[in-house]
Amino acid sequence: MNLLLKIVLRNILRNRRRSIMTGSAVAAGSLALLLFGGFTSYIFSGLETGNVQRNGHLTVFHSGYFLFGEGNPAAYGIAHYRGVMELIHDDPILRPMINVMTPTQSVLGIAGNFTGTVDASKTFLGIGIVPSDRERMRGWDPYDTRAVNGLDRRMADSEESVGLLGLGMARVLGLCGPLRLKDCPPAPDTAAAQTPGTSAVNREVLDLADRDTGEHPNAAQGEPRIQLLAATADGAPNIVSLTVAGVEQQGVRELDDNYVIMDLPLAQQLVYGRGEHKVTGIVLQLARTRDMPAARARLAALIRQHRLPLEIRGFGELNPFYGQVVRLFSGIFLFMTLVMGMIVLFAVVNTMTMNVMERTNEIGTTRALGVRRQGIRRQFLMEGMLIGAIGAAVGSLLAIALSLAVNHAGLTWVPPGNANPIPLRVDVLGKPGLISGAWLGLVLVATLAALLPANRAARLSVVDALRHV
Amino acid sequence: MVPRVSSSSVVRLSRVLKTYRVGSTDVKALDDITLAIPANRFSIVIGASGSGKTTLLNLIGCIDTATDGAVEVCEEDVTRLSDDRLADFRSRHIGFIFQNFSLVPVLTAYENVEYPLILLGMTVASRRQHAMAMLEAVGLAEHAHRFPNELSGGQKQRVAIARALVKRPTLVLADEPTANLDSVTGASIIALMRRVQAELNTTFIFASHDAQLISHADDIFAIRDGALLEHRMETEQ
Ligand SMILES: Nc1ncnc2c1ncn2[C@@H]1O[C@H](COP(=O)(O)OP(=O)(O)O)[C@@H](O)[C@H]1O
Ligand SMILES: [Mg+2]
Repeated sequence: MNLLLKIVLRNILRNRRRSIMTGSAVAAGSLALLLFGGFTSYIFSGLETGNVQRNGHLTVFHSGYFLFGEGNPAAYGIAHYRGVMELIHDDPILRPMINVMTPTQSVLGIAGNFTGTVDASKTFLGIGIVPSDRERMRGWDPYDTRAVNGLDRRMADSEESVGLLGLGMARVLGLCGPLRLKDCPPAPDTAAAQTPGTSAVNREVLDLADRDTGEHPNAAQGEPRIQLLAATADGAPNIVSLTVAGVEQQGVRELDDNYVIMDLPLAQQLVYGRGEHKVTGIVLQLARTRDMPAARARLAALIRQHRLPLEIRGFGELNPFYGQVVRLFSGIFLFMTLVMGMIVLFAVVNTMTMNVMERTNEIGTTRALGVRRQGIRRQFLMEGMLIGAIGAAVGSLLAIALSLAVNHAGLTWVPPGNANPIPLRVDVLGKPGLISGAWLGLVLVATLAALLPANRAARLSVVDALRHV
Repeated sequence: MVPRVSSSSVVRLSRVLKTYRVGSTDVKALDDITLAIPANRFSIVIGASGSGKTTLLNLIGCIDTATDGAVEVCEEDVTRLSDDRLADFRSRHIGFIFQNFSLVPVLTAYENVEYPLILLGMTVASRRQHAMAMLEAVGLAEHAHRFPNELSGGQKQRVAIARALVKRPTLVLADEPTANLDSVTGASIIALMRRVQAELNTTFIFASHDAQLISHADDIFAIRDGALLEHRMETEQ
């Protein structure tokens, strides 16, 4: 074996307890970084998956919609959207990247439930979707988060008047009972409790409903029905009735309390009436998130080329929460990295300083034998580096073992912004970049920490070192 | 006394001054030393403790630099060499034997002896051959794979002697090599050094405060308070 390595290794073993203490600090740093990093990356995967399942990667809107259109979706419809979709679909660059392309229509209005004894109405935020496309989008799970299990067959392309509500929306509309929902208490009896059709708004809605559909909403059988009232693009009031097949709880309360999911044609009918049926957005879900920049660039080129009044938004823009969580956890991770780096730095500086002190006479002796300053420096640098390397390797193995144990423990958790628990996983093994990055970083810190004592050792005068016993 | 500078001198010091700064005053460890140490002989530097023996040997061994004066070792003006060149110079020309043995604790006897040969870039095979031969010469072949803490003081010093001599240096410096040994062991170490010096025909410089050891030396340099008192040749060349 190489003499230098032999001396270094044997010295590490000779000061076994000290080396173990220092190595443990490095290992603890590595363990903490990897576990937290693995957890963080899993959170990111989970958030990304949830977002991409719901919003796709990219959405094409009418120019200005993103900033000004939310209040008046009708005014920002994409005309001839089928042509735009065809253009995208036929593009040789985009086509292989796209998993699902689907149109959506946003709609704002008032929802009312006037069945039986209930007389409730409230504003709603509706989205018209293509149920089969939605199912395919919900199947997107490249990180194997298993956030969605099984298909949701409650909506179908062929049943245009069937939709879902946010849990809060269902509660406010008094549908807890009819939908047999858990964790959904009925409204308490209040003095303001009304009999059907007594409030001014509700009377208007009822009138409209009677006039437009020619049937009384209370006549619905089985699944409850609600009325959705909105203004069409040209300002005329419009109403449709929706059969509520169930709820889909949203992770954000404001959304949950207002959410209505309906079939695209129903939403279009509500917004555009007998006019041209446009859509608010064309959602693109890519097979791989890393294709996003390329797909976006290509889309932008297509839009420019055909002079379309369209704009593109990524899921991060649609849901700033995603970016906030990523930044928060990245910040915590950075902070942890700094703290761990400091701990390792001090531990190694301390140990190597002691080692240099203890071996001062030996340094003098070997310098007298003809070892150059650089040789001494290298010896102590290598010692720090090796303690770091071994400690970080042990920490990595521990982190992998612990992460596997956690992953097999069957724990679940509810990610921020989610409504339903998903399996809790710490993804260490699947992140070779994280493992090698943490390892290299810690080895680098340990080596840097050894630099100071090593330089001091190298600069010692031979005579002074020899005098030191 | 007029110093005799022989043509076969390995070491020549001329008007060497060495001062140490202690606080605000300069302590003169060596004061105007001029001497020449003859080649291939066993010279002793004798003087009381604190007289400057170690300082003198350090200058000769190129691990310390003179405050003033000229130091020439193996016909090289070592005062002009850089630190790295000095290290290489020591590696090639000088062997050290220390009072406290100073073996590398994590290396076996054999590895300690092999160390200087590695610094010289020797091949594994010739390293093995030279190191084993040297260990045999000091009578420690069977302890080759023991670590220093498994050896007695006398054995350690034998390993140190083997380490100093294995590279066949021009010059071997031994600073009170018997001071930490009992008198019997010390005597055997002196005898061993004498023997290998004669066998290998090396120049030995040996510092001691023990006047009894004078009888072993070919040349005697007596110093007191950093000044050379006399240079006496015991046996004629
Ligand atoms: N590093 C040093 N700093 C200050 N004084 C020193 C130093 N080294 C040696 N001296 C002084 O130089 C003188 C000679 O020391 P030294 O050469 O060690 O003597 P010896 O080896 O004969 O005992 C002594 O007075 C000693 O105190
Ligand atoms: Mg001394």
